Amino acid sequence: MHSDPTQYALTAPPTLAAVLAQLAQNPGLHTPIAGGTELMVALAAGRLTQKSILSINHLSELRFIHTTPEAIQIGANTTFTDIRRDPTIAVDLPLLIQSASWTGSIANQNRATLGGNICNASPAADTPPALLAYNATVKLISIEGTREIPYTGFHLGYKRTALRPTELLHSVTLPRIYATHQHFIRKVGTRNAQAISKTAIAAVALVEDQQITTIRIGAASLADRPVRCYATEAALQNASLAPAHIDRTLRAARAALASESHPIDDIRSTARYRAAVAANLLEQFLRSLVT
Amino acid sequence: MSVIQLKVNGTTQTLTVPPMKRLLDVLREDLHLTGTKEGCGEGECGACAILFDNGSGPELVNSCLIPALQADNATLTTIEGLAPLLPASYSLLPALHPIQQCFLEQGGAQCGICTPGMVLATHHLLTQHPNPTPAQIKEGLSGNLCRCTGYMRIFESVKQAATASPSSITSH
Repeated sequence: MHSDPTQYALTAPPTLAAVLAQLAQNPGLHTPIAGGTELMVALAAGRLTQKSILSINHLSELRFIHTTPEAIQIGANTTFTDIRRDPTIAVDLPLLIQSASWTGSIANQNRATLGGNICNASPAADTPPALLAYNATVKLISIEGTREIPYTGFHLGYKRTALRPTELLHSVTLPRIYATHQHFIRKVGTRNAQAISKTAIAAVALVEDQQITTIRIGAASLADRPVRCYATEAALQNASLAPAHIDRTLRAARAALASESHPIDDIRSTARYRAAVAANLLEQFLRSLVT
Repeated sequence: MSVIQLKVNGTTQTLTVPPMKRLLDVLREDLHLTGTKEGCGEGECGACAILFDNGSGPELVNSCLIPALQADNATLTTIEGLAPLLPASYSLLPALHPIQQCFLEQGGAQCGICTPGMVLATHHLLTQHPNPTPAQIKEGLSGNLCRCTGYMRIFESVKQAATASPSSITSH
């Protein structure tokens, strides 16, 4: 059951540059470990197949929250507790605070990092739906420099990301444009804490005269990766929430969501439950826009 | 093998350990501090919780999820380190930390396996929220599972500890 720890190499190159040099020297050989709240679970369960681990947890170059008038840039080593404590994120990006607050427990939040959550890339991960709804960009870094891509282009498949073997996630940047938007996030799990989601939806919207003018929806566990619900967004663009029209809007939204949801049966839930609950969360969100 | 140096309950320890050995096992096997327990081995039960400071102040963490190498240069407090021994006292009994005393008086422990983690989570909670609401108590302890008590007496223990003098709680 438990893996033998002596079968693993773990080193901690002292600087970011040193880590990037190691990754460049032997692409694909090393696996980075930050807070360890995922990899150490794999170790204990006997399924940590990577044998050469590089600790990046000490890299203060990656643990920061930089705020400008336009954007908030969050370093990959920022912990969930750091996020929960940041007053600017609390005002500008409440969905990120909420998703951080229901990830694991306080003991996990003190160690788990935003970078680890994204790069481990579980389709059930807690922060991706909020990051998708908020239209984040991610910065990737290697010995050759940095590149930025929209976060919507980061998740390529089941636990597969756009990270090259020589790259680390450097930071996530979010725009500060949501002051007048309505924000919604709900996670459904077996209990109120320490639960991995069966499904979750995060959304932002602008509503004028009972009509949806802007909408973005991110979802967990409706596909093999965290997803934006593009078809649902298209069905809701300019849709009316007025009493005479809302039922039609809800029907169209549910149909669109069903068309782009591909949930599976697994140890946590069934495809049928996930599809039904995600549609109910969507309805809850839409109804909240007019109350 | 890696050589690590860490401060545990006020004492500096230099250890040679496999770098991926779990900090929980380092505490129990290398340092013979068996107060920290293994409940689940996957960071969900909190029985392995300790206070861990590697530069940003002491934080509640699950020691089963920390590789030994990442504890290099860290300062740790385990349950054994919470209660100072009575200095130069005629009593042969170790003093109880006020939180431990409250757990004793309120019946917050049955089998005791969750208790070290619960006490340390309580300490961490009261450092953040000296006067916690019931909701804050529940959230503060939400990472610590108990199979015996049904939690009510644990919450009473925390409530009582919160009404004790704040400086006596968190000065240790």
